[in-house]
Amino acid sequence: MADNPIRVLIAKPGLDGHDRGAKVVALALRQAGFEVIYSGLHRTVEEIVQAAAQEDVAVLGLSVLSGAHLPIAQKLMGRLRQLGFQPVVLFGGNIPRADIEALGALGVEGVFPTGSRFDDIASFIRQRVGTESAAAGRDRRR
Amino acid sequence: MSDRLEEVTLESGISVKPVYRPQDLAGTDPDLDIGLPGEYPFTRGIHPLMYRARPYTMRQYAGFGTPEETNQRFKFLIEQGQTALNVAFDLPTQMGLDSSDPLAEGEVGRVGMAVDTLADMEVAFAGIPIDRISVSLTVNAVAAPIMAMYFVVAENYGVPLAEVRGTAQNDILKEYIGRGAWIFPVEPAVRLIGDTIEYCCRNAPKYYPVSVCGYHIRESGANPVQEIAYAFCIAREYIRGGIKRGLAVDEFAERISFNFDIHGNLFEQVAKFRAARRLWARIMRQEFAAQEPGSLKLKMIAGGGGSGLTIEQPENNIVRGAYYALISALSGAQTMALCSYDEAYTIPTEKAALISLRTMQILVEEMGLRDTVDPLAGSYYVEWLTSQLEDRILQELRRVDSSWGGILRAVERGLVQQEVAGQAWQHEVGIQRGTIPKVGVNRYRMQEELRQVELHPYRPEQAEASVRRTARVKAERDPERVEAALRGLRQAAADGTNVMPAALEAVRAYATLGEMTGVLREVFGVFKEPVAL
Repeated sequence: MADNPIRVLIAKPGLDGHDRGAKVVALALRQAGFEVIYSGLHRTVEEIVQAAAQEDVAVLGLSVLSGAHLPIAQKLMGRLRQLGFQPVVLFGGNIPRADIEALGALGVEGVFPTGSRFDDIASFIRQRVGTESAAAGRDRRR
Repeated sequence: MSDRLEEVTLESGISVKPVYRPQDLAGTDPDLDIGLPGEYPFTRGIHPLMYRARPYTMRQYAGFGTPEETNQRFKFLIEQGQTALNVAFDLPTQMGLDSSDPLAEGEVGRVGMAVDTLADMEVAFAGIPIDRISVSLTVNAVAAPIMAMYFVVAENYGVPLAEVRGTAQNDILKEYIGRGAWIFPVEPAVRLIGDTIEYCCRNAPKYYPVSVCGYHIRESGANPVQEIAYAFCIAREYIRGGIKRGLAVDEFAERISFNFDIHGNLFEQVAKFRAARRLWARIMRQEFAAQEPGSLKLKMIAGGGGSGLTIEQPENNIVRGAYYALISALSGAQTMALCSYDEAYTIPTEKAALISLRTMQILVEEMGLRDTVDPLAGSYYVEWLTSQLEDRILQELRRVDSSWGGILRAVERGLVQQEVAGQAWQHEVGIQRGTIPKVGVNRYRMQEELRQVELHPYRPEQAEASVRRTARVKAERDPERVEAALRGLRQAAADGTNVMPAALEAVRAYATLGEMTGVLREVFGVFKEPVAL
């Protein structure tokens, strides 16, 4: 796996500037052997989608602490569908347990609220992306 | 000493001995280093009688979607005995966007009140005795226009500018390190801070234009030494800016206050604040040749930090909050605030905010914390630790100056950000591995049911109401006056004259925050974030 690491984009959508969680998860995933790109702050959904497609990432993780996760997820998933580019989408941050189901219904595959364990995030990604598709050049275009 | 004893190392890297003795204070001079409360170097507090004369100010952060709701919460808090207000603005406002801006979609009124124009501020402060209640504005990148709005509200109330009290957070350098509500590049952003300091010094001398925040730096991952060291580097930068404008240090330094964070080891935090007061007095005297006692005194809000709280077993956070308040009182803070127990989930509910307020009131009323000043003074451990922390803060401060070329460069190049993020990661690893104990998380964990927490659902109609109000304001204002005022603001921004008079005129003309910020963005550009991890 070290030869062909899974590519992950960790992104901060919208105006929320609390990036401790995003950076910490990015560092943890890098430590766990993933190839991690971090978007920086204040990205629009469109910028994030473009960056994800351009970098051809297998995983797109968004960190939201402002409470705006549902409208952001809605916009993001719609745009990804339009482009026919569908990485494994994860959400993290200050997300009430009650909203996890709604995010799932929008197509978000994993939700890791504040306090989630790095190991859980890493093994979730490995399981979802699978060593097979990682070896096949991470091509998740459908 | 038994070799079965485990090493104890504080977050600051200081090893703690099992027992402290008088000889541990050999390097600490009781007169020169500790002294008396209210006297240089103010280790024991900045006032001779501290809480015996007047308890700490209690100032919970509050602000809701609409100016009307914010106004109601303010009135509620004042009725409950809160003695000052701390205004939360929504993210579009903090980023200088009007409610109608496409980038504001889904964010209007979410984490605080939405302000587009003076009209919103008029509603928020209607019936609030702003001549008596000190108001703190939690705004940074657009502090100049928001401060201008507040000044015009006061003006319309008949409170002369020279009498206006209150504070603005207005510390942009820390926004690049933590919190992230920056817009402009570092240099012009810092210049705007200088404009507000200069303007207030000459026109609103009772107003505190800047509250330098170690708080958010620590919340982003800094250890207690770095929290103070980076905040001091930032404050020195603003002070140099004031001096460059021809102000004498003693004319304005008194009006720069600090906002610090509390979580972690009790004694380390108390010693941190005592060390910070002493070192700040020494810096002001030695580096800036300040003479006035007011310039030498470190005034601070020290508040219970959110990063010490846990999602797990949230009621435990009430207990943590009480300990944080105790630390704040033992540290001689001027103002206290607490993150509320539900803050890991949501903006505090009224109930949670009230428990925080009562926590602080119980300390004042029941626990004897007002009886005598700096009760931990003279403790071998606390005095030793205070001296250790002072040394380490000074070393870190020198490192910023010598290795990083000062805080401005360090922030521009992302060096502080990288350092702080790396530590945040290490801290989290420590919690996940259980080497940093956290009750309910890696100790005494329980199976918890899915919790029904009272949340503040997003209401799109709030955004619509805000957009409608602004549309009405725009229809009624004098477009030529607005145009001229924005031209004046652009001119001031471009030619380096103080932007405050032009911002005040734009506010009076009911220019929107988005229009004013847009003008400044045209002149200054935007910050390019260094995203290296």
